[in-house]
Amino acid sequence: METEKKLIGRGELEKLFSHWRSKGKRILAPKKIGAKIDFAAVTTLEEVCLDQVQTVQSAKTAVFPRVEELFSFKNKDGRVEIRERDQGALPETVIFGLRPCDDAAFAVLKAIFNWDSQDPLFSARMEKVAVIGVSCPRADEYCFCTSAGGGPGGTTGSDILLTEIAPGEYLAEIISEKGRVLAGEAAGLKPCPASVSKEAHLAKVEPVFALERVAPALARLFDDNAFWVEQSLRCLGCGACAYVCPACACFDIQDEGGGSGQRLRCWDSCGFGLFTLHTSGHNPRPVQSQRWRQRLMHKFSYMPERQQVLGCVGCGRCSRACPVDMNILEHLRSVAEAKP
Amino acid sequence: METLRNKARELLASKTVQMVIGYGRGSGEAAPARAVFIRAAAEAESLIFDASCQQNLAVYLMKPEVRQLGKAALVATPSALRTILQLAAENQVKDHDLLALAVDAQGEVTPLATLQTIEAHVAALDCNLSAGEKTELQKYVALDPEQRRQFWQEEFARCLKCYACRGACPLCYCSRCTVECNQPQWIPVPAHDLGNLEWNVMRAMHLAGRCVNCGDCSRACPVGIPLYLLNQRLLSEVLANFNFRSGMAAKADNAMSTFKPDDPEDFIR
Amino acid sequence: MSDFEPKIVAFVCNWCTYAGADLTGTNRMKYSPRVTIIRFPCTGRIDFMLLLKAFANGADGIIVSGCHPNDYHYSSGNFHARRRWIVFRGLLDFLGIDVRRVQFSWVSAAEGAKWAQLVDATAEQIRQLGPFSGYHKLRGAGVE
Repeated sequence: METEKKLIGRGELEKLFSHWRSKGKRILAPKKIGAKIDFAAVTTLEEVCLDQVQTVQSAKTAVFPRVEELFSFKNKDGRVEIRERDQGALPETVIFGLRPCDDAAFAVLKAIFNWDSQDPLFSARMEKVAVIGVSCPRADEYCFCTSAGGGPGGTTGSDILLTEIAPGEYLAEIISEKGRVLAGEAAGLKPCPASVSKEAHLAKVEPVFALERVAPALARLFDDNAFWVEQSLRCLGCGACAYVCPACACFDIQDEGGGSGQRLRCWDSCGFGLFTLHTSGHNPRPVQSQRWRQRLMHKFSYMPERQQVLGCVGCGRCSRACPVDMNILEHLRSVAEAKP
Repeated sequence: METLRNKARELLASKTVQMVIGYGRGSGEAAPARAVFIRAAAEAESLIFDASCQQNLAVYLMKPEVRQLGKAALVATPSALRTILQLAAENQVKDHDLLALAVDAQGEVTPLATLQTIEAHVAALDCNLSAGEKTELQKYVALDPEQRRQFWQEEFARCLKCYACRGACPLCYCSRCTVECNQPQWIPVPAHDLGNLEWNVMRAMHLAGRCVNCGDCSRACPVGIPLYLLNQRLLSEVLANFNFRSGMAAKADNAMSTFKPDDPEDFIR
Repeated sequence: MSDFEPKIVAFVCNWCTYAGADLTGTNRMKYSPRVTIIRFPCTGRIDFMLLLKAFANGADGIIVSGCHPNDYHYSSGNFHARRRWIVFRGLLDFLGIDVRRVQFSWVSAAEGAKWAQLVDATAEQIRQLGPFSGYHKLRGAGVE
């Protein structure tokens, strides 16, 4: 559908929040939790925090939770009964206040989960999620969306994208059918004069590396062990980068409960040694440098090749969350600039 | 700072060490200093030392790919010095494996070439919890148990099981952690409430009598769980009951793998 | 909850407490049937993780018992265990977990009567504390 433009004030947004709540929808939005700001269930616009450049974690939990039950099972007289998830019981969710990079990350997740076969639970969750993004008035030194194919006002993945054009006054771009339904629930949408443009209200994010040079450089550098050791000496081998990433989708599957229990899907990370450990004891990626290489290769080489999407949206979360300042932007720049 | 750089240049030029592990400028405006691995005298100018140099660099002594680069000089905060002694007590580093460069707030550099000199240096430091740490810890101890339970349940509920706390900890060096023991699966893999509690209990217990209170676990935690409180509580427990302080001596029985016949047992029926 | 009958798991060593519990039986002394005994080679083997597993699997209370100090089959395992219990109790308490739910004891092979008293007293204590539902509810929580 063609993007529609409207104006909406904070007052109307507040009414929308109570409307969604009255319909039993879950609203996830950035919220202050201790010293950090993260996506959490909110009930009012008042609770929502939009001053930050980014939240610590992404909103991927709405469609790819940290831990989810795939199905439960019961062992009864030697016969196993399986109970599938009731997809109807999954929560209708509005995610509010994501940045455009996060909105775009849903496309990456879809490309992975629905690559060769459709992941039913992921798709069912996705179906029930509506995304209302808020474009970025500010960026920081970790942001690189414009080098990863996005931008501070990018509309990919959003159902509605809001841009604050005056205090408490938003330009609403209604992008999808879901967005139109959501907008239809708002009483006070005003027509948007043609003169209103979001561009002046967006952060300036200068491109910092040439994306088209990254994949060929990675292919060239694959066997250059010294390069990867140098890149990753500081890396502690934790999973912070993967877990805060809006586009990382690797998971583990665990059965819990013995004879009767649940099959669970939970996050996993290529940064862990256990990630690739074979039953035989052999580990094809025995050292951290190879795991770090995998992280970059997967996002910037394998995914573009196989799923035709980049596995990174340039949100910079991994760099901010890294305990030892592994700044992915620097690493990509040095990849792009590595001499052939 | 220049003293430190000159020392690094001298050590590298004379091939006394193959590498200086120190601090360099972090990448973000507010980012703390980051670890750098200097292998040529000419690179020594990137070394810094200021209040943002917080990471316990001794963590890298246990990383195989760093170890492969040869003998290191380590820019060491008091916590890092204690870590080195604790690692020595656990037979993880030997005398002359490394050279510690103790740096004080004025930028004065004291090279400590042997474990004995590190011990002497550490002996002169105040290794008690600071007044602020004690006050904060006491605040939680004074809560009623139900409030404490709720506090930790909320904190652990945010745990992602990313194991940044483990990665950042210089004393979490096991090549195979208990969380990776899966026959049977000791600690549940998923980051659900039970898995998070068991993981955090296990982490704290396995560091009891070993942790030197560097605080890197908490600094590493992306969701800001105050893990240092657990460590400080247990090191207070170990000090009070066994009169033992970790990281003070290169040869010491680990508090948790030794005993005294008269250890307290008023809680045993 | 007056009709609450606690589930108690007892981790005991093979050489003293298990034999002591046997003696209780051969002496035909009655004690609370709410206890499930798990025999270990030594108290030194009773890892704190086992205690947590018992709680996660529905125990309301735990008994850990072994040889008296200085009267011990392997000379020092119980001393090591005692240290770990001290620290573990400190941690449980700090986490807001009621330490009265874990009862530590020394019961020798000759103390059949002490074993019976220990189990009865622990069962009564746990009955008063009620079911450990706060811990049991952790199972399954945090799964979407």
